[in-house]
Amino acid sequence: MKTAITSTGKDLNSTIDGRFGRCSYFVIYDTELKSVEIMPNPNKEAEEGAGPSSVRFLASKGVKKIVSGEFGIKIKSLLDSLKIQMIVMKTEDKTIQEVIDLLDHN
Amino acid sequence: MCPRPKRLRKISDPPLIAGFKPYGASDRALTREKVFLHFEEYEALRLCDHKGFSQVEAALAMEVSRPTLTRIYARALQKIADAFVNGKQIIIEGGKIFFDSEWYTCEGCGCFFNHPDKASSVEECPLCGHSGVSNYTEVPEEIQEKSCRRRRLRRGQMNP
Repeated sequence: MKTAITSTGKDLNSTIDGRFGRCSYFVIYDTELKSVEIMPNPNKEAEEGAGPSSVRFLASKGVKKIVSGEFGIKIKSLLDSLKIQMIVMKTEDKTIQEVIDLLDHN
Repeated sequence: MCPRPKRLRKISDPPLIAGFKPYGASDRALTREKVFLHFEEYEALRLCDHKGFSQVEAALAMEVSRPTLTRIYARALQKIADAFVNGKQIIIEGGKIFFDSEWYTCEGCGCFFNHPDKASSVEECPLCGHSGVSNYTEVPEEIQEKSCRRRRLRRGQMNP
């Protein structure tokens, strides 16, 4: 299962990005293949609708879970209809590597 | 000067239906008229009358002030009465709201998560796999405790 994590940087030691739609990078982690894919967010500088277009971007990658610091109001209903699970991490000092370690316990 | 912006009202679940239609009217043209019941009004009615919350509790659950909740609730009753008396359709839509359905919190890693697949039950945290998962409650606990007594008293009056 693929999980997307919003990241502030492009390596595994960077921390979770508190924003979802305008985060710097998306880290897509595949729990079965243990593979990590890091890609810059195409909607980082978007004026409006960064959240929904980020959702479409991740949905096209086949992501089933998203880990982020916060989600905007427009996102919830969209993710519900796509059956994508949201996970909100209130502590933003966790690194991407730590989140991946947590996911591996499943 | 601009008016103060409306606070977003929290709705825990979308209603199961989109509205109601009257039937058996003598004048067909009448039933084509519509009343638009806002989501927030539906939610106020659900909390106050279906779940038996006091207006204070309902206001907390919807994250608005108590006077605002009372105004929303009064408007809900007014619209429903209008629909009943005049044989209008009720359509549930609109309002300044956000949905807050089924949020859970994990005791292991302290994260919050939702559960889009409503058919299955939540057993473990999707992040750390910890089994200590609890429902994120609608009303803060300390307030629930305080008003419990009042609610019990009211129930007692209804079923002596």
